[in-house]
Amino acid sequence: MIEIENITKRYGDNTVVDTVSMTVEPHTITVIVGTSGSGKTTLMRMINRLVEPSEGMIRIDGADNRSIPGYELRRHIGYAIQGHGLFPHRTVGENIATVPTLLGWDKKRIAAKVEELLTLFQLDPSAFGPRYPHELSGGQQQRVGVARALAAEPNILLMDEPFGALDPVIRAKAQDDLLAIQKHFGTTIVLVTHDMEEAFHLADKIAVMDKGRIVQCAAPEEMLVNPATDFVETLIGTEERPFRLLSIGTAGDAAEAGEAQGEPIAASLSQREALSSLLWSGREALPVVGSDGAPLGRVTLAGLARRAARPQ
Amino acid sequence: MRRFLPNLLRLAALILLIAFLVRPELFEPLLKPLVQANAPAIYNQGSLLSLTLSHLATVFTATFAATLVAVGLAILVTRPVGAEFLPLSRSLVNIGQTFPPVAVLALAVPIVGFGEKPTLIALFLYGLLPVFENAMTGLSTLPKAIVEAARGTGMTAWQQLTRVELPLALPVILAGIRLSVTISLATATIGSTVAAKTLGEVIIAGLQSNNLAFVLQGGVVVAVLAVLIYDAFSAVERALARRAGRV
Repeated sequence: MIEIENITKRYGDNTVVDTVSMTVEPHTITVIVGTSGSGKTTLMRMINRLVEPSEGMIRIDGADNRSIPGYELRRHIGYAIQGHGLFPHRTVGENIATVPTLLGWDKKRIAAKVEELLTLFQLDPSAFGPRYPHELSGGQQQRVGVARALAAEPNILLMDEPFGALDPVIRAKAQDDLLAIQKHFGTTIVLVTHDMEEAFHLADKIAVMDKGRIVQCAAPEEMLVNPATDFVETLIGTEERPFRLLSIGTAGDAAEAGEAQGEPIAASLSQREALSSLLWSGREALPVVGSDGAPLGRVTLAGLARRAARPQ
Repeated sequence: MRRFLPNLLRLAALILLIAFLVRPELFEPLLKPLVQANAPAIYNQGSLLSLTLSHLATVFTATFAATLVAVGLAILVTRPVGAEFLPLSRSLVNIGQTFPPVAVLALAVPIVGFGEKPTLIALFLYGLLPVFENAMTGLSTLPKAIVEAARGTGMTAWQQLTRVELPLALPVILAGIRLSVTISLATATIGSTVAAKTLGEVIIAGLQSNNLAFVLQGGVVVAVLAVLIYDAFSAVERALARRAGRV
């Protein structure tokens, strides 16, 4: 749990973050969105004290984050950034081992962790471990960057536009991987982005920042239905609302009893993707199958349309 | 394959150089036409090999000291605490570079006496600037994301410097040391005017006795040394840069 209390950051006369308070529940994904210069990155960087606040306090699992030295704190909080920031003079394996090495783990434990993480990120340890970062593709570098952030098994992972440098195809895959990883480790994730699509796809809670203040911090559905200000509404995009609503739930949730013809839809896909498949195939309904291929029912155009409408 | 021929030439130059230093008399027929009758064609007032070794020792000692000081200064002024010393450090190393080594020799002799010492001082001052400027460039142009990541993973300031910043700046720093060594190799010859044991002795002896062969052998040995050492540094830099994915 991260409790942010009345945190303020000023640079001279310029207030970048202005008396912000929020709580991040454990094992959830909180996405901070906002325009450039809204203070979202500064707010996140105060959690691991890459930036020291001017006023206020941040507690992590009840303890003030200033109770231990900054570098010590940062070793226990994962940190992944845009453009990955991998050390070019170290191999992929050495990069992932960075924090465990700093923490003084023994060699065997480090080697086992590196192998586990590479496997988890679908990179063959024997092939990728000894390579240098520049020998990897952008998507692979990004995965290694996240693996490095997770190497010391932190409870908290901070991510600063981690997918910003990826092309759309790889980005979607990286987002799904992140959700899977979060489920696997139960990590508390705070992610900064300016991409609303990404926010709605990943977030348990979205915090919207504007001019250094948090305008609204709510679950995605809540934010769609009751945007706190015009700014939030603009950010969501009024014409996107029904689709954003659909992108929160999965096709499995929308499955109704019954049968349908055609190419089946995986239950893990979002309802938005299900709608897209329905429209493109020109059918009224399509079957839904679980990850094991077992039929779960069907999704229908009418059913999805009901779900896309403004909740009463 | 592309580097095969140049490397072969370098190897040949190295073998010829060693052969000349160990058995100079073998090359006497080649140099004989350059001298007047009865004059010696091979330097005969001391061993060429020991002069070369002490020439190299002088150059490397001076460059080593210059590197320690210049890199130390560059590290200091690229830290937040030392940033205000940047203009001062820059002026100091610039003065070292603009002061002609001959003048340094002339000023240093009354203070430290004849011999190696004034030469070491002149070469040290002359060698500071290239190393300092390159170390500055190397340390201040590191990609921001990488420095940020080093901090974000929980490295202390010292760990960031030794594990990330210096290794990444190393190829650029080495380029500075390479320039410094090459300049010093040539400049060290004038040290013999104040009785330092360098290859300049051979050249000066040749000038004094109007012996072209002496001048030539002193000059060529210095030149070949400079080329070989320059190339060796370049090769190390390339290897480091390639590993870091900078090329």
